[in-house]
Amino acid sequence: MSLLNKLEKIVHYFQPPQKTARVAKERLQIIIAHERQRDNPDYLTLMQKELLEVISKYVQINKDDIKIELDRKDGCSILELNIVLPASGVVA
Amino acid sequence: MAEVIVVTSGKGGVGKTTTSASLAVGLSNRGYKTVVIDFDIGLRNLDLIMGCERRVVYDFINVIRGEANLNQALIRDKHAKELYILPASQTRDKDALTQEGVQKVLDELQKTFDYIVCDSPAGIEHGAQMAMYFADHAVVVTNPEVSSVRDSDRMLGLLSSKTKRAEERREPVKEHLLITRYSPKRVTRGDMMSLEDVNEILAIPLLGVIPESQAVLRASNAGDPVILDEESDAGQAYADAIERFLGEDKPFRFVSEKVHWIKRLFSIKEKEHA
Ligand SMILES: Nc1ncnc2c1ncn2[C@@H]1O[C@H](COP(=O)(O)OP(=O)(O)OP(=O)(O)O)[C@@H](O)[C@H]1O
Ligand SMILES: [Mg+2]
Repeated sequence: MSLLNKLEKIVHYFQPPQKTARVAKERLQIIIAHERQRDNPDYLTLMQKELLEVISKYVQINKDDIKIELDRKDGCSILELNIVLPASGVVA
Repeated sequence: MAEVIVVTSGKGGVGKTTTSASLAVGLSNRGYKTVVIDFDIGLRNLDLIMGCERRVVYDFINVIRGEANLNQALIRDKHAKELYILPASQTRDKDALTQEGVQKVLDELQKTFDYIVCDSPAGIEHGAQMAMYFADHAVVVTNPEVSSVRDSDRMLGLLSSKTKRAEERREPVKEHLLITRYSPKRVTRGDMMSLEDVNEILAIPLLGVIPESQAVLRASNAGDPVILDEESDAGQAYADAIERFLGEDKPFRFVSEKVHWIKRLFSIKEKEHA
């Protein structure tokens, strides 16, 4: 064992132990946020379908005319909804 | 009309069966007619924890298949007055646990009981989903440890999508967090997540915190649910959790080292006075 190695061990001995609980919490927060997001798209497509149904009662549009996007910024989620309405095409 | 409580966790071995047994005994001791059902098909265990393993004749699957009626399969608990146990079968045929079958049994139990406690198997497969499907309440049992917390979060996802209440878009299943095997000493040392940490991540109401306790093993050795060990920390923590479940406001005990010591001093003094 080199002198440097020994020294490192001695320094290590006097350092406070790493707080592993904090590491655990941080890792969990990241992975769980990720997994919740992955589980969610389900409801986005469902909502898109229902919106399409409601809107088609009043105007004629295609599935592609509705765009839903979920964005996460600075700890808050933004749901962006874009609907392209045809110039004319109001259902009587 | 009975309320159905599922005790679930995702991860195995975190304390579901220990919790189901104590919850059932606690509710019945408070005067509610209670039945506890073992959904762990193939790995019957609740009977051992409740100390009735030698009285099992018929089981849950026998009733579903019509090979026995409910009264023949229900075992009267020896500890509590109005408590019955419906044991799991040891058959390896898990398909026997059908949704229609479970519904039929629950419908019949609904007529006579106040609470139906469902002890879920581990995992997120069929058995666990059957245990939660008809639930009104879910007690999510979590150890302060990464894989258990992550699995609990998965279960919360399933509770809000794969239950009868979710499918019918009724009021969602009421979720309760129960942190078990908690060690305040290790939390202070910084190598176990605190109840605040776990609660912040899962973000559902906290029903109770059960300390890591030697009383639990003693209880399962004897076949007497730990809540009956009224001197023990775990037994008292389970009793508190039940009071909270029934709507009472109870301070949390056994959650920090300091309080623990002071409480202990007090209880010694109280005993001297008595
Ligand atoms: N608070 C506690 N303190 C100490 N040991 C505990 C505690 N709670 C549970 N245990 C122990 O953990 C083990 C697993 O408990 P239990 O069988 O209740 O878990 P489970 O979630 O039902 O397991 P499974 O997923 O296999 O059904 C048992 O040996 C039990 O004695
Ligand atoms: Mg179990």
